Amino acid sequence: MHSMKPINRKARKVEAAMIAVTGDVQALQLRGGEGKIYYPMGCTLNFTPGWEVDVSGGTAGLCQPVERDLFDCHLGCGWPAQVPDHLNNAPDWTDKCASAANDWRKIDIVFP
Amino acid sequence: MSAVEAVASAPYRQRELHAFEAAGTHFVYLVPSGAIFALDKIGSEILDRINKNNSTREELVGFLLERGYERSDIDAALMELEHSEVIMRGDAVHEKPKLPAKNFPLQRIVLNITNQCNLACTYCYEYSPDKISKTDGKPKYMTASVAEASIDLLIKEAADRPSVHVTFFGGETLLNFPMLRSSVDYAKRKCAEAGKHVEFSLTTNATLLTEQVVDFLAEQKVGITVSIDGDRELNDKMRVFSDGRGSYDVIVPRIKMLLERHKTNSIGARVTLSSGVSQVRRIYEHLTQDVGFAAVGFSPATANPNRLYSIGETRMETVLEGFEDLAWEYRDWALAGRHHGFTNVNDTLKELHTGLSKAYPCGAGLGLLGVGTAGDINLCHRFVDSDVGQMGHVHKGGLDHGARDQFLNTHHIGARYDCHTCWARPVCAGGCYHEAFVHYGDTSAATLHYCDWIRGWNDLCLRIYGEISQRNPSFLDRFTEN
Repeated sequence: MHSMKPINRKARKVEAAMIAVTGDVQALQLRGGEGKIYYPMGCTLNFTPGWEVDVSGGTAGLCQPVERDLFDCHLGCGWPAQVPDHLNNAPDWTDKCASAANDWRKIDIVFP
Repeated sequence: MSAVEAVASAPYRQRELHAFEAAGTHFVYLVPSGAIFALDKIGSEILDRINKNNSTREELVGFLLERGYERSDIDAALMELEHSEVIMRGDAVHEKPKLPAKNFPLQRIVLNITNQCNLACTYCYEYSPDKISKTDGKPKYMTASVAEASIDLLIKEAADRPSVHVTFFGGETLLNFPMLRSSVDYAKRKCAEAGKHVEFSLTTNATLLTEQVVDFLAEQKVGITVSIDGDRELNDKMRVFSDGRGSYDVIVPRIKMLLERHKTNSIGARVTLSSGVSQVRRIYEHLTQDVGFAAVGFSPATANPNRLYSIGETRMETVLEGFEDLAWEYRDWALAGRHHGFTNVNDTLKELHTGLSKAYPCGAGLGLLGVGTAGDINLCHRFVDSDVGQMGHVHKGGLDHGARDQFLNTHHIGARYDCHTCWARPVCAGGCYHEAFVHYGDTSAATLHYCDWIRGWNDLCLRIYGEISQRNPSFLDRFTEN
């Protein structure tokens, strides 16, 4: 919030109700207009903004490779369906990929 | 101009709230929601500007741009303040609070298992000139049959609630200990059959505590409130046997034994403040340091102001000063992450942290009912066996839902007009029905003689809450219910 911070539990409920009414999903390059809260689309963007499109709406100057997205799901998110299960069934599926930006083509294909 | 355009061009104004400062931060306590927000710089400036000048949106945006704020921040801030109901444009429209759903599930029953007492405390609301219960013709002791019917009623009226609570009260509760013991067994068995968890508590004057009694209470995890008013001199002013002898020397060794042997639930001291007994710190320190209580709560005696034992306005000011002194000590301890036993602060902070916005001052008639020795159901333990607040009989038709609905409709905050402009109503909601009845002869009257006191107390607790929220926020986790 811009002007105040919720302190007690009821204030957090008020904040959630307000966001539910006023918030909106917007493309990454847009900023909140009057009366709008800005939050980006997609979970990965919350952690590594910039993989989807650059500030001009193109893909030429991305700050992260598209494939960076995979690693966010792999290590940071824990969403089960997005990437191979690296704990039990495919522990070595990224072994050849030391750097996502350079080695993303080397990520193994896993057949369940 | 359309209605929408008229609102859009109307000047901003502050909605109903209580502003306060703590730890160098500006806060707002919103009414009636009970939400607490810390204002950032722009939020404080907007509120300050609105209160000094009636500003339209255009004027306000111009003012803030001149102060160097970005337009996008200004827009977002105004949107937030409006949607959170801190500020508004146009005329205020007061929405009448909604009445609760019918058949509110019962959560607690208070069984007055005897109307007899072995003490004769001067201020007691069951024996003093202000007494409202009419015990003539009623049995002195509740029978197991009445207690069991009450517990059956609790289970039935609790509907889907997973957990219920039975409180034993008196008179002196332990005068009917054999029946109390069988009631605990019965409640546990019946609640287990109904798939409900049950908890117990009682209030006692401690005169009859023996090792056998205490061991039973510990084994059954019964929460205990002990009535005691401080050191020997203060306690024995009002808490006396019928021959005038003080009770202090009888109870203190028993209380120490209780605190030593009973560790399975909370044991708190409850102090009644009255004329001559208003030395808050002295009482608190004696009960925590010398007697060993971990929690001490204070309350002024409910009394007609003409009574000699009534605490009176002047003494109440002394009491508030004493409360404030102890409350700041609570704050210091909280900032250091330590438990402090002044339960009045603890209880208020918990309500503020949750953000309660009460439609009723307490659970009486709502989630809580009292039952007298004969089985008469009443509003709460203080009204048991009086003409006021009758709501049926445990053996004769059970809870009178019509009487209960009527009571709830006429005592709702929406019907308490005196409270409609008070910022403290989310936590107070008009005050104790019994206090109102003794003072004004009307349970639905707001306890106006305490208004300044209640606002002063809540303002103090808000400032303490605000400071803890900024300097040791993890302390507040203890107030989050699971």
